[in-house]
Amino acid sequence: MRRRYPPLTKRITNVVMLSLTGVCAFMTVSVLFFILGYLVYYGGKSLSLSFFTQLPAPVGQTGGGMANAIVGTVKLLALATVIGIPIGGLGGVYLAEFGTGWFSFLVRYTTDLLNGVPSIVMGIFVYGLVVLPMHHFSTLAGGIALGIMMIPIAVRSTEEFLRAVPRSLRESGMALGASKSETIRNVVIPAAINGIVTGIMLDLARVAGETAPLLFTSFGNEFWSKGWLQPTASLPVVIFNYAISPYEDWHRQAWAAGFVLLAGILMVNIFARFALSRREHMVRR
Amino acid sequence: MGTSTTATQGIDPGGQIPSFKYTWVERLKKGDEVTHLITLAAAFSIILITALLVWQLWSGSKLPRHAFGWHFFTTSSWDPISRDFGALTFIYGTVLTSAIGLVIAVPLGLGAAIFLAELAPRKISDTLTFLIELLAAVPSVIYGLIGIFVLIPILSNFVVPVLKKALGFLPIFSGPFYGVSYFSAGVILSLMIVPFIVSISREVLLAVPNSQREAMLALGATKWDVTWRAVLPYARRGIAGSIFLALARALGETMAVTMVIGNVAQIKVSLLAPGYTIAAVIANEFTEATGDLYLQSLIELGLVLFLVTMIINALARVLMLTMGSHEVSE
Repeated sequence: MRRRYPPLTKRITNVVMLSLTGVCAFMTVSVLFFILGYLVYYGGKSLSLSFFTQLPAPVGQTGGGMANAIVGTVKLLALATVIGIPIGGLGGVYLAEFGTGWFSFLVRYTTDLLNGVPSIVMGIFVYGLVVLPMHHFSTLAGGIALGIMMIPIAVRSTEEFLRAVPRSLRESGMALGASKSETIRNVVIPAAINGIVTGIMLDLARVAGETAPLLFTSFGNEFWSKGWLQPTASLPVVIFNYAISPYEDWHRQAWAAGFVLLAGILMVNIFARFALSRREHMVRR
Repeated sequence: MGTSTTATQGIDPGGQIPSFKYTWVERLKKGDEVTHLITLAAAFSIILITALLVWQLWSGSKLPRHAFGWHFFTTSSWDPISRDFGALTFIYGTVLTSAIGLVIAVPLGLGAAIFLAELAPRKISDTLTFLIELLAAVPSVIYGLIGIFVLIPILSNFVVPVLKKALGFLPIFSGPFYGVSYFSAGVILSLMIVPFIVSISREVLLAVPNSQREAMLALGATKWDVTWRAVLPYARRGIAGSIFLALARALGETMAVTMVIGNVAQIKVSLLAPGYTIAAVIANEFTEATGDLYLQSLIELGLVLFLVTMIINALARVLMLTMGSHEVSE
């Protein structure tokens, strides 16, 4: 009889193990659909128009909404963009266009370091930096915390997209008599701007869900926040506080808020995916 | 001879091209120096912020460092009233939950990565990877929400009874299960870190040269044998890097863990008991800490967390750099 190779045991192992890897992939992907499914089911059930237009109702009273938390999150993100993007974006321009030698190595290294800082530690940092000197929690402090968290990704995506601009474009700019900075302003950055903006949107989506740095910076607020120097409610912190509360009604509100937050974040991510799909290497988080 | 003179006609024999050399003032007008300085300032402020962060954690934890020294890490009492603080309980909780997370996430993530890199057609693989990477975009507070209201009921109704029946004789599965526990926190962590392991490991596996696979296939090996004996060993450093990155994230993870671990300052062998982690105790007690020693002990916990994640991230970086594949970014 002809001996077959590989032997039967090997062939069985082959089929079993390869199927197992398929099961692993299937399970991992299905986690996403589980999360989405539960949020759409519970969140969609609890969502209503008043969620977007009203203040939280007192305990025991049904109804109410999270208008203040939605506005708070928008304010925090606006502030974070104003603080994080100039520093991160210009830092990225420096690394891509000017940086050489040990200094740019140091910048890259600290950027990575900053990226790896646990978000709760960022909260401690900004608490000492802003909240302690001002003696109270504020929207400003929360925005600064999120802004600092945006810097590393802004640096990295800006640098990567600028580097992807072909050398020939720069050279043609220079050949027309433009200086280096004119070339950067008028040729290189416009060529990379779609990618850079998409990177910033992904960056915003990432910090939009951050909770830990806000716990002791922007704190929370059951009412409208008056100005930038008062504590403010934000969607992630409200989700946390409502989810660990003992009230059934608050749990429903937490699901609704989670649904709104996740829908926003995932939409930005999916949009970014399609905006960048022409590029081979997507900027990773 | 004649041709060479015409070729150099019109060019300054000294080799200088004055009209193309800008003076300092002209360069300033053109904006090069200004642009350089502005971007340099931005880059420098990144270094400044990071330095400030380290300084703040260090100087902000002076009191407990002087009061307790290294005993801070070996004692488990956490008593604001008698002003006695030790971190052991929280370190234990952080290490244990991260370990549970890795034990679940590494096989799952590696299996998925093998499927996506070695078996699935490129289009399907890319789509699935995108979906898995979307998981990494889900905020941790939403994982916590799922943990409280979905995962804990599933664990206490289905998983833990089976575990206890099969392995209940082991001390790690002894005792009652109330839902909030090291185990629940570990499972939630595993879901949160699996996307990182999958997406980086897949890229590392895709970067393994085909000659490695073909050499072994030519010897008559099965697909699994090729993967297990040729591809994985070749990619082991990059895979280890992805695991370290995932570990750093698990150690620093706050919200989801805080929501499902129970927040009880105790050291229990049983995984089914509630516990506490470093990040969770900071999140819960920081705004309520009364007295400088209490607050600064919490800041020292933050310092510990920062240093540990920094070291693990650096290890991950070294591992992935020595893999020699520049496409592997985290």
